[in-house]
Amino acid sequence: MSLPPSLGRRRTGGSPAGRALAFALRIARALFVSQYALMLEFRAEILLWALSGLLPLLMFSLWSGAPAGAAAGISHQAFARYFLAAFVVRQFTVVWVVYAFEEDNLLGRLSPLLLQPLPLVWRYAAAHLAEQATRLPFVVAMVALFFLAVPEAAWIPSPTRLLLALLAAHLGFWLNFLLQHAITMLCFWSERASALERFLFMPYLFLSGMLAPLDLYPEAVRRFALLTPFPSMLYLPAQLASGAPVDAVAGFRTVALWMAVLIPLNLWLWRAGVRRYAAMGG
Amino acid sequence: MAIVHVEGLCRSFRVSEKEPGLAGTLRHFLKRRVRLVEAVRDLHFAIEPGEMVGFLGPNGAGKTTTLKMLSGLLHPSGGLVRVAGHVPARREADFLRRITLVMGQKQQLIWDLPPLDSLRVNAAVYGLDDQEASRRIRELAEMLELGEELHRPVRKLSLGQRMKAELLASLLHRPQVLFLDEPTLGLDVNAQAAMRRFLADYNRRHGATVLLTSHYMADITALCPRVLLIHAGSLFHDGSLEQLTQRLAPRREVRLELAEILPAAAFHGYGDLESCSGRDVRLLVDRDRLTAVVGRLLAELPVLDLEVREPPIEDIIGRLFRQGSTSAS
Repeated sequence: MSLPPSLGRRRTGGSPAGRALAFALRIARALFVSQYALMLEFRAEILLWALSGLLPLLMFSLWSGAPAGAAAGISHQAFARYFLAAFVVRQFTVVWVVYAFEEDNLLGRLSPLLLQPLPLVWRYAAAHLAEQATRLPFVVAMVALFFLAVPEAAWIPSPTRLLLALLAAHLGFWLNFLLQHAITMLCFWSERASALERFLFMPYLFLSGMLAPLDLYPEAVRRFALLTPFPSMLYLPAQLASGAPVDAVAGFRTVALWMAVLIPLNLWLWRAGVRRYAAMGG
Repeated sequence: MAIVHVEGLCRSFRVSEKEPGLAGTLRHFLKRRVRLVEAVRDLHFAIEPGEMVGFLGPNGAGKTTTLKMLSGLLHPSGGLVRVAGHVPARREADFLRRITLVMGQKQQLIWDLPPLDSLRVNAAVYGLDDQEASRRIRELAEMLELGEELHRPVRKLSLGQRMKAELLASLLHRPQVLFLDEPTLGLDVNAQAAMRRFLADYNRRHGATVLLTSHYMADITALCPRVLLIHAGSLFHDGSLEQLTQRLAPRREVRLELAEILPAAAFHGYGDLESCSGRDVRLLVDRDRLTAVVGRLLAELPVLDLEVREPPIEDIIGRLFRQGSTSAS
């Protein structure tokens, strides 16, 4: 993103990189504030979305009495913590960019936005972060309710674990965002790119650790899963937060590798897609 | 030097076609039939800085496609375009800061928030500091007669207020070149007039170049000394509205009220007799002979009243558009 001439000349001084960073932060702030205001308009809808993410807690109710868990050495308490952490992580890693973009594309809403000197990804990313901020109070309330219902599961992670879990969850969100954004860019070629996203939900469900901690999977499946980006979106941060054993270094390395693949792929798809853009909707 | 330069511009689209019914659906599923549609062909024109140019043409003539190519939204299939010294298709940030495209049917304002929220985002995107952004918003709001409306959610605004707010958002970065696609579409007469006043004022204050499409001829006659008429994807006319009228309607109507009834033969040599009903007569006379013919009519016939009428521009262009649609279909 290049600096507008007005900023290049301004009294602020500082290095070009510093001015560029200040410019980017100002845009990010303005986008976040407007999107947060928009999300607050839809708080009731967001509450329902948050509640629709209860699958990990349902999985806890299934696994808590299952003998497989005991056989794998996972206690009732560990299950509770893992699935609660998975629920929280899922709340902050949900991505819906493909649906929003597809709708904007089909309704012709992209055209005015494409005329601004700002890549569209900024707007969608800001909308996701604003949605996460809106979800926060609901998630806190849900955690409190869970601790009331399952008091033996209550715990406070160590500061290191908490920081690592927050970092992993945030990176997991960006990984999920980049993966779905790459699919989103296919909207420039197909009017129904979200079909591919729906197709990808199945491996996500199975390999991310949403249905069960990966430690319960057969070794070969677990190894394969850890090569995919999906465990980084849920299993890694949930294990870190719940205090369960996890190879954090290998986990973060996988995140870095997938990012190294997805960032250039997204840039390439964006450039090619904009060239292809046919401005649907007249 | 021209700020908009278009040379041999072409754009074609591949359009898939489907027959109705189950058989058509199955055929369409198994094998798509694709047709190449030439939306714009070999377009040439140039616009100087500060000009206000009307862009006319029937539905489907290629106006919006051309505007989208000029603003960088669409890539041309062929030809050369330069706007404000840039190739629009490259979508360079400096180019995007110099132009705007306002589409009457499309909106950039966030529907559920007041316009001011979207304006703040635009100000940040275009690198305007808070002070400068507030100053420009005040100036434009005053010109557009917008006040309280900027604090109400966009969905609560009337169409006219919304269009004004859209225009404000599109002009906040003070673009040099304005592409306006039906900016008065659906507005009532008063709102249309207000919009025209604003555009003329904006052009005068900031020397902006304007290329305007509108189905309301009043927009064009009030704002654009020059018009480009595009027809079936090609340029049909580039000049003033008066020249266009002369070209499309080379004759004027002369209405006479006579003191006595005369036979049709009495009008031979003056022009084509359109109608002769009692003492009221209508003649069509070539423009270049008009003065001489009127002089002769007054001198040679018992004329009580004489009126020369220009056919309305809407009728003239409408006739051309209808001919175009008939030939296209």
